[in-house]
Amino acid sequence: MPVRVQEQDFDAGAEMSRLRASRADVGAVASFVGVVRDSNDGASVGSMTLEHYPGMTEKSIQAIIDQAKARWKIFDALVIHRVGELKPRDQIVLVAVTGSHRGEAFAACEFIMDFLKTRAPFWKKEQTPQGARWVDARVSDDAAAARWSSTTPKAGM
Amino acid sequence: MKLRLKFFASIREQLGCDGEVLEAPAGVVTVAALRQLLLGRGDIWQQALSGNRVLRVAVNQDMAGPDTPLRDGDEVAFFPPVTGG
Repeated sequence: MPVRVQEQDFDAGAEMSRLRASRADVGAVASFVGVVRDSNDGASVGSMTLEHYPGMTEKSIQAIIDQAKARWKIFDALVIHRVGELKPRDQIVLVAVTGSHRGEAFAACEFIMDFLKTRAPFWKKEQTPQGARWVDARVSDDAAAARWSSTTPKAGM
Repeated sequence: MKLRLKFFASIREQLGCDGEVLEAPAGVVTVAALRQLLLGRGDIWQQALSGNRVLRVAVNQDMAGPDTPLRDGDEVAFFPPVTGG
């Protein structure tokens, strides 16, 4: 399954090994791992809870992967996103992409992550010393996703 | 027309419920009309779904806009901007 939403942790190294071992023409594996920070917007974060919209989450991430595959010559893409309660230093998300060359793998990996942040229905609630709060969406995330629609080609094009 | 409503994150908390099945009256044929209908329920609905806050809507698990048409049996979800990753 190229998209997995799960409570349990993942082994990024094992996942990437599996992905690249599936074919012999892989020349590049690009990956991103998102991690829970111990502070956000000036408050310390003790833990966070990630909620999602089952069904739409998987569907929206698959659509992002399909767009990446249409745009760059990549072989496979894998997204694992955790939900439930997470603590600082915990891994949240893994995006891994294989291709022949690094340029396309890097670009597709960043594209998938940028669109996941603005399109996939996940919500974070942080526990801080001042109480629980829902994390606000960032304008910078919208900007990161929007730059992919400009006509300026990114690496690997 | 029967609609399955779903609420997530801060909106679910404000409303104190994660969804309902709604028998929508005639005329509720778009996302905007549905939102108006729900706002008419009063206080907490106005706080949760008011025009002052940025709101996302999905119809049958695809992102939708105010003009997206609604059909019998549709699943309509209301939620704040997403914050995953």
